[in-house]
Amino acid sequence: MPKKRITVTQELLKGIIKENPVFVMLLGMCPSLAVTTMAYNGLGLGVATTFVLICSSAAISALSNVIPSTVRLPSYIAVIAGFTTLTELLLKGFVPPLYESLGIFLPLIATNCIIFVRAELFASKNGVTRSVADAVGVGLGFTLALFLMGSIREIFGAGMWMAGTPIAVDFNISAPMTLFILPAGGLFVLGVIIAVVNKITDKKPPQEIGCANCPRAATCPTFNKNLPINEEQLVINIAPQSAD
Amino acid sequence: MREIAAILVSAILVDNFVLSRFLGICPFLGVSKKFENAVGMGVAVTFVMVCSSLMTHPIYNLLLAPFGLGYLRTISFIIVIALFVQLVEMALKKKIPSLYKGLGVYLPLMATNCAVLGVTILNIDAGYSLLKSAIHALGGGLGFTLALIIFSCVRSRIEEAVVPPMFKGVPATLIAASIVSVSFMGFAGLFS
Repeated sequence: MPKKRITVTQELLKGIIKENPVFVMLLGMCPSLAVTTMAYNGLGLGVATTFVLICSSAAISALSNVIPSTVRLPSYIAVIAGFTTLTELLLKGFVPPLYESLGIFLPLIATNCIIFVRAELFASKNGVTRSVADAVGVGLGFTLALFLMGSIREIFGAGMWMAGTPIAVDFNISAPMTLFILPAGGLFVLGVIIAVVNKITDKKPPQEIGCANCPRAATCPTFNKNLPINEEQLVINIAPQSAD
Repeated sequence: MREIAAILVSAILVDNFVLSRFLGICPFLGVSKKFENAVGMGVAVTFVMVCSSLMTHPIYNLLLAPFGLGYLRTISFIIVIALFVQLVEMALKKKIPSLYKGLGVYLPLMATNCAVLGVTILNIDAGYSLLKSAIHALGGGLGFTLALIIFSCVRSRIEEAVVPPMFKGVPATLIAASIVSVSFMGFAGLFS
């Protein structure tokens, strides 16, 4: 357990900036590109994802001794999908406009790689308190990233900020750059933000993306050329052996 | 017939799953480095998307909806998809080892691919029949493959281009993807 020397507070803070899930770890790209056409939507999905992340991290870390390691990933899928459904019902009941505007990306929280990565790499190896602290930090980092992207795209693309809320600001821009709220603008804004984050942190930019960060990357023959593709190996792919 | 053609073409071009719906961005960016890998991943995703649509449609309409259990669709769909991927893997390994060697490595990544769960939920939301669901999934998969193939070719140029150091790697890739996405915007309004 290499993380033991870190205090609970540091566990919470590291997810927000140093290991920001979107800008640094490059996880959860699909929702962060799709729903950030408006700051309010980004905030909403961020909070919903954080809720699922905290609940499933707590549940998985509490159950980690009970779940056999061979059926780990299917069990995680069931736990996460359960909490996603709960969130869907809560939002549908209490915030119907947000439920409508998030659309398909609300049920897709169940396939958000951030939650899987935290469950596999952190919650399954740490206690409940620590896992919840980690989940709160990563969730806040994700929410902040979504809110920032949403704000940039909404201000440039629609000339508004937080439209649809009591604190809405209208900048009265006569010709906003609509490209920013179109799909192409999402990819562009994310690319520029990651470049700026690289510049600020003076870090070597990540070369790998997506699958390389997958919790299964270590056991996946596609990304680990040293692994022989044999029968045993491919059965393990769905439920990898516990990492050392 | 006309309607079916419209669903197919609009899923491939107008509402491209990757470039305008943002489903499956992770494999799009992760597996697009080599042309051969892009084709293999595209075929595997298309196959799993069509089969999952064919399975989840009756599950929703015959099992969940009649009993007012519609809210269980997320959890039941994702479990069905994960099970199906595991089954396909086992079946291919026994029956068609050559295809398994080609596709096998991409299959395990499919269970958590949001394009697969996404297409099944979109089918239900749009109220498609079984045939239309399958056509929509086929179009979505072909669109995914097309985007992956185009982008793998663009990307082989980006890897060798000289870009400012802060943009090297992922940022340059994302901006290239953004430009590819602009080219797909030309298809908007094809059916309206």
